[in-house]
Amino acid sequence: MSDIKISIRDLHVRYKDGKYPLRGITMDIIANKTNVVFGPAGGGKSTLIRVLNRLIDLSDVEDIKGEVLLDGVNILAPEIDVIELRRRVGVVFSRPIPLPLTIFENISFGLEVAGEKDKRKIARKVEHALRQAVLWDEIYDRLDYPASSLSGGQQQRLCLARVLALEPEVILLDEPTSALDPVSTAKIEDFLKIAEKDYTFLLAPHNQQQAARVADYAAFFLQGKLVEYAVGEELFFNPKKKETSDYIQGRFG
Amino acid sequence: MKKTEKWITNTIRIAGSSSIFFVMMIFIFLMREGIPALHDVSIGRLLSKRWYPIEDLYGILPLISGSLIVTITSMVIALPFGLGTAIYIGEIAPQGVKEILKPLVEVLAGIPSVVLGFIGILVLSPLMRTGLNLPTGLTALTGAILLALISIPTIVSIAEDALYAVPASYREAAYALGATQWQIIWQIVLPAARSGILNAVMLGVGRSLGETMAVMMVTGNAPTLFSGLEAFISPVRTMTATIASEMGEVASGSTHYRILFFIGIILFFFSLIINVASSSLSVRPKRGKDQVVS
Amino acid sequence: MSAVSFSEAPKSKVDRKLVQTLGFMGIRLITIVTILPILGIVAYIAYKGLPAISWEFLSAMPKDGMRAGGILPAIVGTFYLMIGTAVFSIPLGIAAGIYLAEYATDNLWTRMIRIAIISLGGVPSVVYGLFGLGMFVLFFKMGISILSAVLTLSIMTLPVIISTSEEALRSVPYKFRVVGISLGGTQWQTIHKVILPQALPGIVTGIILGLERAVGETAPILFTGATFFLPHLPSSPLDATMALPYHIYVISTQIPGMPITIQYGTVLVLLVFVLAMNIIASVIRSRARAKRQW
Repeated sequence: MSDIKISIRDLHVRYKDGKYPLRGITMDIIANKTNVVFGPAGGGKSTLIRVLNRLIDLSDVEDIKGEVLLDGVNILAPEIDVIELRRRVGVVFSRPIPLPLTIFENISFGLEVAGEKDKRKIARKVEHALRQAVLWDEIYDRLDYPASSLSGGQQQRLCLARVLALEPEVILLDEPTSALDPVSTAKIEDFLKIAEKDYTFLLAPHNQQQAARVADYAAFFLQGKLVEYAVGEELFFNPKKKETSDYIQGRFG
Repeated sequence: MKKTEKWITNTIRIAGSSSIFFVMMIFIFLMREGIPALHDVSIGRLLSKRWYPIEDLYGILPLISGSLIVTITSMVIALPFGLGTAIYIGEIAPQGVKEILKPLVEVLAGIPSVVLGFIGILVLSPLMRTGLNLPTGLTALTGAILLALISIPTIVSIAEDALYAVPASYREAAYALGATQWQIIWQIVLPAARSGILNAVMLGVGRSLGETMAVMMVTGNAPTLFSGLEAFISPVRTMTATIASEMGEVASGSTHYRILFFIGIILFFFSLIINVASSSLSVRPKRGKDQVVS
Repeated sequence: MSAVSFSEAPKSKVDRKLVQTLGFMGIRLITIVTILPILGIVAYIAYKGLPAISWEFLSAMPKDGMRAGGILPAIVGTFYLMIGTAVFSIPLGIAAGIYLAEYATDNLWTRMIRIAIISLGGVPSVVYGLFGLGMFVLFFKMGISILSAVLTLSIMTLPVIISTSEEALRSVPYKFRVVGISLGGTQWQTIHKVILPQALPGIVTGIILGLERAVGETAPILFTGATFFLPHLPSSPLDATMALPYHIYVISTQIPGMPITIQYGTVLVLLVFVLAMNIIASVIRSRARAKRQW
C-alpha cells in the first residue's frame, strides 16, 4: 500500500438535533490517490467531508469522538489552527457557489486572507490555478466579470480553481458534479486523473458510475458505518459484503 | 492577523451590547431627574385634576386624559385608512400600482412632524374652525387627524407585512372552495393576519402617544380633563406637548422641572410596554442555517 | 379559523360578485383618501414655498427679527447635526448590526439586546430630549450644544441603523460564509470581504432613513442643542445651533407677523432635504436589487 495521508480512527459525530451521521468510522485516505466514499444518501459522506477540514465547526454539533490524523497530527485536537488546516484541506461543494465577487477575486480571496499582498504573485497564482482547472482559456479575457456570469460548469471549475490556488494537500469533493452537464463532469473527472500526482482527493461521487470510473480506493458507507473498504476495482467488481453488492447491483438505495 | 481578528471581534461584541447600555442610561437619567418629584409633590397631588404649575398645581390627569383622547381618536381614524390601504396594496392592487403606492407611503413616513404641524396650523385648523363652526380650530380632533397621518405609514407597512405572511395555501384552498377574493380577504386573510394587525395598531398607538411637535402645534395646549363629547373639538394638552412647551422655561432642579421629567418617565414606560408587547406579536420569520451547502 | 364555511352566505353568485365589486370600490376609495393628502401636502408646500426660494434665501443670514433675509444658519445647523449624528451612529450601528447578524447566538443576552433595540426604537422623541438634557447637557456639562444634540440624535437613530444593517446582512445567503471560511478566511475576513459588500446597499439605505428621521426631528434637540436665533454660524461643537425643524416651529408659532412665504419657503427647504434622502435611499435599494448576484 501507498502512503497514508489521513487516518481516521473510530470517528463518531452526533448533531444537537439528534442526527447521528457517523458511527465509528475507521479508514485511511491514501496520499496522491482518488479516494472515494460512496453509498446511499444520509450515509455520512458529507459529514465526513465537513469533519476533515473542520467546517463542521459551523454546525451545531453535540459531540465528536475519535481521531483524524492528517500526516499523523490529530486535526480534532483543540490546539489545531483550523485556518491553516482549511488551507491544507480544500473543499469543493456539490453546487457551484461562486462568491458574489469577480472571477479574479473568487480566486484571490483565499490568497489575500492568507496574507498574500504581492499583487503580481497573486495574479500569477490565479492564472496558474485557472489553467490547472482547465478554465483559463475560456475566461482569461474577462477576469473582472462577476463570477455569476459563468455557466454552471465553469462556475464549478472556478470553485475548484480557488481551492487549487491555495496549493492544498488534500482536496475534498462533495458530489462536485451533481449540478453539472456530462461535458463539464468529464472535465472535472479528467482533472482528477491528471492532478493525482500532486494532491490527495477524497470524493463523494455523484453516482456509482462515477465512483467506478475514478476510484483508486473506495469505501462503502451505510447509515454512518463503513461497510467495506478496498481498492476501487475490487470493491465494484468483487464486493465482499452482501450490503455492498446489494447496493452496487441496485437492490436498494 | 490573529490579533486584529480578536480586536475587531471584541469591538463588535461591545458595540452589539451598546443598546442595553443606552436604554439603561435613558432609564437612569430620567429617574435621576424625575423621581425626586415625588419628594416635592405627593402622589395624591400628582393625580389631581388641575395642571397649573404657576400656582404649584401639578395634577397630571388632564395631561394623561389629553394624550389618551388624541391617541385613541387618531387610531380610530388611522386604522380603517391604514388597514384599507394595506389591503389594497397587499391584496388588490396590480403590481405597477403597488410599486407607486409603497414609496408614496414611505414619503409620508418621511415628512417631519413639524411640517405636518405647520400644515395643521395654516391649513387644517382654519378648515376645522370654519367647517365645524368652532371658536378655534386648534382642537383634539385636529391633533388626532395629524397623528393619524403620522401613524398611517407604520400601520400600512406592518399590516401589509402581516397580510403577506399569510400562507398562499390558505388562499388557494379557499379559491378551490369557490370563494370570491373579497370573501377570502375578510374570512381567511384578515383573521390569519390578526396578530400582525394588532401589532400594527399597537405600534401606531406608540407612535401617536409619543408624537410631540405636530400635537403641540395644533391642539391648542389647554390642559383640561375629559368631560364629554365636546372635548374632541376643544383644545387639549398632551403629556408630550407639556414637556416640550414648558421645559424651556423652567429652572433645572425646580419642582416643575422634576415633574416634567416624571411625565417623561411615564411616557418612557408606556412606550416600553407597548413596543415590547408588540414585538412579541411580530411576524418576521427566523433564518436558519439550513440553507447551507451540500 | 372559524370562518371557512362559505355556504353560510346563501346568496346567489351575482350577489357575491356585487359585494366584492362594492367592497373593492370602498377599499380603493380609502386608499385614495389616504394617499391624496400626502401628495396634496407636498404639492401645496411646493406651490406656496417656491416663490420664497432664491439664492439669497438659502445663503444669507436672517434679518429683521427673522422676518426677512435668508435661513442659512438653520440650513447649516441641520447639516452639522446630520453629519455629527452620522459620525456617531453609523459605525456603532453597523457594528451592532454585524454582531446580531453574524456573531450573536440565541441566548438570554441576545434577547436582552433585541428588547433594548426595540425599546430604543419606541422611546418618544421628546423623552430623548429629556434624556439628552439630563445626561449630556447637565450631567456631562456639555451645555446646550451641537455635541449634546448630536449625541442625543445618534442614540435615537441607532435602532434604525442596527435593525436595517442586521436585516441586510441576514439577507446575504449563508452559503457564502461557509465558502469564505472553507477557503481559509476567518469569520471577520469573510464578513469584511464578502458579506458586507453585498449587504452595503441595504445598510446605506437604512443609514439614510435613520438620518432622515434625525434631520426632521425637533423634540430631541429642543432642550439639547437648538436655539431660537444665532447671529452667526456655529463655530464649535459646543455652540448651540439653529436647525430647520426647530426654526419652522419658531417661525410658525412664536413670531407674530412672520411673512407667510418665508414660512412656506423654510418648510419647503426641509421637505426637499428629507424627500431627497428618501428618494436616494429607494434608488440605492432598487439598483442593488437589480444588480444582485444571488
